Parts: sequence; structure tokens; C-alpha cells
Amino acid sequence: MAILVNESTRVLVQGISGREGRARAKLMREYGTTVVAGCTPGRGGETIDGVPVYDTVLEAIERHGGIDASVVFVPAPQVKDAALESIAAGIGLTVLVGDRVPVWDVLEIARAASGRGVSFLGPNTLGCLSVGKGVLGMIGGRAASARAWFKPGKVGVASRSGGMTSSTGYYLSRAGVGLSSLVHVGGDGIVGLPLPAVARLFEADPDTACIAMFGEIGGSQEEQVAEMMARGEVTKPVVAYIGGRAATSGVRFSHAGAIVEGGRGTHEAKVAALRGAGATVIDAFDALPAAVARVVEG
Amino acid sequence: MARLAEFQGKQVLASVGIAVPRGRVARSAAEATEAAARVGGAVVVKAQAATTSRAAQGLVRMAADAAAAGDAAAAILATQVGAFAVTEVLVEERVAIATERYAGIIIDDRRRCPLLLVSARGGSGIEETARAHPEAVAELPFDAVEALPQHAARELWRRVGVHGEEQRRLADACVRLARAARTVEARSAEINPLVFTADGKVVALDCRITLDDAAVFRHPELGIEVARELGHLPTELERIAWAVERDDYRGTFYFLQMKDGFARGQRVVAFHGAGGGGSMMAMDALQSRGFTVANFCDTSGNPPASKVYRAARVLLSQPGVDGYFGSGSGVASQEQFHSARGLVKAFLEEPLAVPAVVRLGGNGEEKAIEILTGYTRSLGVPVECYGKDTPVGACAERLAALVASAPAPESQPNAVRPAPATQPYSFATPTGEITYDHAVCARCESKACVGACVPQILKLSEAGLPVLAVTLEEAKRGRCTECLACEVDCRALGAGGGHVELPVPGLDEYRARRGMA
Repeated sequence: MAILVNESTRVLVQGISGREGRARAKLMREYGTTVVAGCTPGRGGETIDGVPVYDTVLEAIERHGGIDASVVFVPAPQVKDAALESIAAGIGLTVLVGDRVPVWDVLEIARAASGRGVSFLGPNTLGCLSVGKGVLGMIGGRAASARAWFKPGKVGVASRSGGMTSSTGYYLSRAGVGLSSLVHVGGDGIVGLPLPAVARLFEADPDTACIAMFGEIGGSQEEQVAEMMARGEVTKPVVAYIGGRAATSGVRFSHAGAIVEGGRGTHEAKVAALRGAGATVIDAFDALPAAVARVVEG
Repeated sequence: MARLAEFQGKQVLASVGIAVPRGRVARSAAEATEAAARVGGAVVVKAQAATTSRAAQGLVRMAADAAAAGDAAAAILATQVGAFAVTEVLVEERVAIATERYAGIIIDDRRRCPLLLVSARGGSGIEETARAHPEAVAELPFDAVEALPQHAARELWRRVGVHGEEQRRLADACVRLARAARTVEARSAEINPLVFTADGKVVALDCRITLDDAAVFRHPELGIEVARELGHLPTELERIAWAVERDDYRGTFYFLQMKDGFARGQRVVAFHGAGGGGSMMAMDALQSRGFTVANFCDTSGNPPASKVYRAARVLLSQPGVDGYFGSGSGVASQEQFHSARGLVKAFLEEPLAVPAVVRLGGNGEEKAIEILTGYTRSLGVPVECYGKDTPVGACAERLAALVASAPAPESQPNAVRPAPATQPYSFATPTGEITYDHAVCARCESKACVGACVPQILKLSEAGLPVLAVTLEEAKRGRCTECLACEVDCRALGAGGGHVELPVPGLDEYRARRGMA
């Protein structure tokens, strides 16, 4: 099982002829992901590292049959059109790796996805990885690293920080705590599959027994997870760390969605909401592996 | 800062047909007097500053005539808001207010759509009003693509108790506000107060529009210089850094100055992070060891070595720091030796005169550590580099120990600058130029550049000299990834014939003005 990607997921890479698209398609394949085709408008008919390239997404689907997920590696100004193409073609999951996608473009993408009944991960995401099964995006960077860093097990990782997704996975694995899937929900304020949506997927996944969550100040994703726990929609144990305790209100630290606006989304509010709902919230990130191990071993 | 000043926001509102008071911007008392004379009658003089509660700070003043307006402007322009002086005032006609309302467009992260928020009680803080009078506040999610329907906006105002002609006019203003927010791609657009005047008109007395930094490139008409939420007006160094980011789409470079006017010995360090989450944890680790960060900086998203180099040069242009600290999440997907080479080039050119501790955990970390520590031994100051198995706290401890124990270097090596090439061989890179001095290369035994070039675009000519294996055009268009191995590895392992010129527009002039070499 695992969530979002597994050994049978059939994958399209949009923007496969670009610097990132080509390199990351290689990573995905080397990790075992089934990349069946690529798409770059104007480059149809080419083959890149053995992957056939098509001008349009529908052409790729017609030639190769069902595609479960598309990973989009195009510059931010082109992300909207690429995403709308994948969504219009009915692909169940579109992964938007691009950073700095305009927020009104994301709103249009969200509207289209909701209308078509499909999902998207990101934007500004490293992607997702199911240990030993497949990866969408760029978690791990190299297949050999991804194999060395992430060991199989029953903990699902959900994070709002890309780097901390890998870090959380690595430090848990090193401490002997194995993983089911790792998901970076994306660093932006508006994302397709935020922490509560990922928590819902982990809740339904028989391979996952516990959720390790890296949250950040700003927005309401962590509070929503707490609400789901309180309503009984998330019953698996949640162990969380919330970054950004020392951040100044109103200052945005880089492309992260980590911004506190008008007193909403503060560190204290998130910690209190999660603790109130029964989550284990740790104050020091280094304490995460031990805290998760205690929960998993019960 | 991607927030429009009040007068700019009002221009946006006027362009969609929302009435605003007649007014003019002034930058001196004399200009304010003249502006008031042109507006005519009693006026209000308002500081154009990114702050709240302006009236309580004396930043909004009433003036009965033009002379009084000049005095009011003089008082306001003499005021400091935080660390920054007020440089502009808005001189506006006075409006006879019947009622004060609030209307705002924000983006709802839960429903992933825009939201119209209205309050029958405008004026002071909307959040306190919402808490004290929930019945006066209502919200309406609406479609991001279709126009906000008039009828829905009217119904929303009815729900908060506004009726008749005022309701009709407020609803119309809200439809226009939604259109304005969509047009300029605002993250939020608020009018507070939105007033109904004694003569039956709806007028926006104030407004606050925050733009989406990521969309500013599509709106040159707004004249945004630095598309960042910095919390202050951009400093000169922030403008220089922003130009680097704006002109190079590969990866992300973010720079924010947090402290200025400090000196050696005050435990202020230059901070070079990678990724938002890891950077915040690293800054926490520095703070808990008694350090203050001079700046926030993030180079992530797989930037080329050239971008990391430019970032490091900007960071090193902050005199008075006691150390240089770098750390991201610790387990980076990107190849870390690119960052290592960018740092080596910047450290040697400076040359670095304070201890540096850099955590480059993740892919290629062994090579990154070897490059960063091995190639900087000539510096005379300690440069330590760690990987993913050394926690960020331990790295901060190391910096504390080095800062405490490291004496000032007795003799700084000279900054590394290339001698003019006697036999130059040059080609353009995406953002700079590479020059080989083939007279030096002829003496080189290792020819390390050819093997170290990450994209493998170099070969040895028949004469045994490094030349491009791709066309000049291909190199410039991106086959050259600016990995900097042709300079950094050449200097360490070869004869030093390779140099990459990577300009940072405005930085040399900035440094010269501040007495830095």
C-alpha cells in the first residue's frame, strides 16, 4: 500500500527535456518508479534517456494507456498551464515541484482539480516517496541516497519543509524507526494536499501506524490536523515538531509559507491545538526519533 | 516589500472605479503646502509608512488650511517608524463620514479560494471587532476565475445589517475590489474604513494591498523594486541581492538584513541557510548560543555554485561579523559540492577573516566537506564543514568555540584575483564568463578542470589545452552549469589558469562606499 506512490504507479514527467526534468526523471527511474513517458510541447517524437516524449499529455495517455501521476518540472510561470493540462486529462495526482508559482495560478489549479475530482501535490514540493517502492519528485536527490537514507517501516512522514522531510526520514531511519511514505506538502501557503489531507491518507493506509509531522508557523494546516484528531478522523498517533518559534511576526523567511499574519498561525497556537487533541509535540527536533520510537513501540 | 503604499493602493482602487478622496503625495513641508492648496479647503495629512495605528502615533494629522498642512507634514516627516524615516505623506481632502465599514479580499488557505470579508463596524482593528461583535462580520468565499456576483455581495452586507442604497453601493465597491485584487494578483486587499458619506457616496478612505511576491514579475506597472516581504523598506544590500535572484531562475536565493551597525566582538554572525525549515532551526541554534544573526539567507532548490557564490559575496559584505555560519536541513537532496565550490570561491576572493562553520549534509557531502575544508587552508582562519550526522546544535557549539579562541589572523593572505591572461581563451556562461590563461594551462600537469567539470563540457585540444567540447552558444545557453570546478579545482589541484567572472551588479560600488576592499 503506502500512499500517493507505489511500485505499480505509472508516471508521466512534464518538462522532461529541461535541466531538472531530465535529472529527476533519472532519479525516479533508478529508484524503481515506472516512468512511462515524458511531455514537452514542441519536443514530441524525441527520446530522453530512453523515455519517449510527446507534445501533449493526452497523446502520452493515448499511446501508453493509463497514467496515475504526472510530475511537473517547468519554470514557475508555466506551471499553471502544465498543471491544467494534466488535470484536464484526468490524471489522478499531479505533482508541482516548481517554486514561486503565483498564488492566483494555484487557486485556478485548485479549482480545476476540484472540478475534475483529482489531486495535486505542491506547488514548491520535493514530492513524495514510498520506501522501496517509488518516488515522485526529487526526495533523496539520488536513488542510492534515497535507499541508504530511508528504511522501510510503519511511520508516515508529512512535512511543510522540503529539507526537513528528508531530515526527518533520515534521522528516524538511523534510529531504527522505519518509514512507509514521506510527503512534502509544499512550502507555499496554498497547496493541493496540505497536512490534513496527507494525515487522512495515512489514516487510511494499513502500512502506516504512526504519523511524524514537521509543521511550521503560519497558515492553519496543523490546527486542521488537530481538529481532525479531535473529531476522531485521525486516530493514529501523531508526533509533531513545529518550526519557527523564534521567527518575527510579519517577516517571511524565504519561500516557506512560514509567516505569522495578524496573530494567526502562531507557534503557541499550533502547539496548544495539537497537544489539546492528544498529539505528542516535541520542543527540540533532535528528540523526534526517540519520541516516535516510544509511540511506535507503545 | 511587496506591499503597496496607501497612495499606490488608492491608484489601483481608482482604476477599477472605487471612489477615493482627492489627494496628492508630498515629500517635504513645502510640497505638502502646495498639495493642500491644490486639493483646497481642510485636508488630512497621512504618513506613507508600513505601520498600523498611524493616528495614535501622530502620523495622521488634520489641517484646516494649506499652511497648517505644511506644518503637519513637517512634523510627520521628522518621525521615525521603527528604524526608518517617513519620506512621503499623502495630502487628501476631508470627507464627511456618515458610516465606517470594512471590506477585504483575502485568500483562504483552507478552501483554496478568495474570500470577501466585510464588517459593518469599520475603523479600528477588524480582528478585535470580529471577536467583540461577531454579528457585524460576514465572509463569502468566491470563485477565483468568475467575477464576484453583485447579488452575493448585497446579500453579504444584508447579513451584517446594512440596507438600502448604502448596501447597493457597498456591494458594488466589493465587486470592484475583488476585480482589483485579481488584476494585481494581491494576497490581500483591504479597505478600512470604507465609508458611506453624508452625501450618499461610498469612498475608500484607506487601503492596504499586499501583493503576491511570486506574481510581481507580471506587473511591471506597479513599480515594485524588491518583491519580498521584508518588514522594512529594502536596504541597498537587499536590493543588490534581489537583483541576483531576479536575474537567475535556477534555485532560490533569499536575503534579508536583520541587523546593521554592529562591530567585531558583538557576537553577530553572517548566516547562510538552505531551505526555510532547516534555516529556522539553525537560527534557533545560533541564538541559543548567544549569537545574533546579521541576516537571514537561503540558497536552496538546487541552485548552481555561481548563485551560492554570489550569495556568499553579499553576506561577506557585512563588516563586523564574528563568524560565518551555514546550515540547512542537514539532509539535502541537492548535490552539496556545488555549494562548497561557491563558498570556496567567495571565501578566497574576500578573503575570509573570521571562522566559518558550514553544515553541508546530504548528497555529495563527503566531496563537499573535502572541497570546503581542503581548498581553504591558505586562509589562516578555521573553516570547518560537517555532514548530516553532526546536529546543527553541535555545529553552533563549534562556531562558539572558534569565535572564543580564534585570534585575529596575523597575516591575511591576499585576496585571490586573477592576473591578466597572457593567452586568454574565453567563453560566456549563462550569467558570467570563463577565461583560461592557456599560457598557464600549458604548465599545468593535472588538467584537473577537464575531469572535475560537472557537465563534462571541456576537452583537451590537440595542443593539450582545455577547450570547450560543445559550441559557444550551447555553453551560454546552459550546457555550462556554472559548477565552478574549472576555477576552484584548478586553483587547488592545477596551475590556476582558470577563472570565472561572475558579476554582482552594484556590489563593488556598495563595498567601496563603505570602505571595504
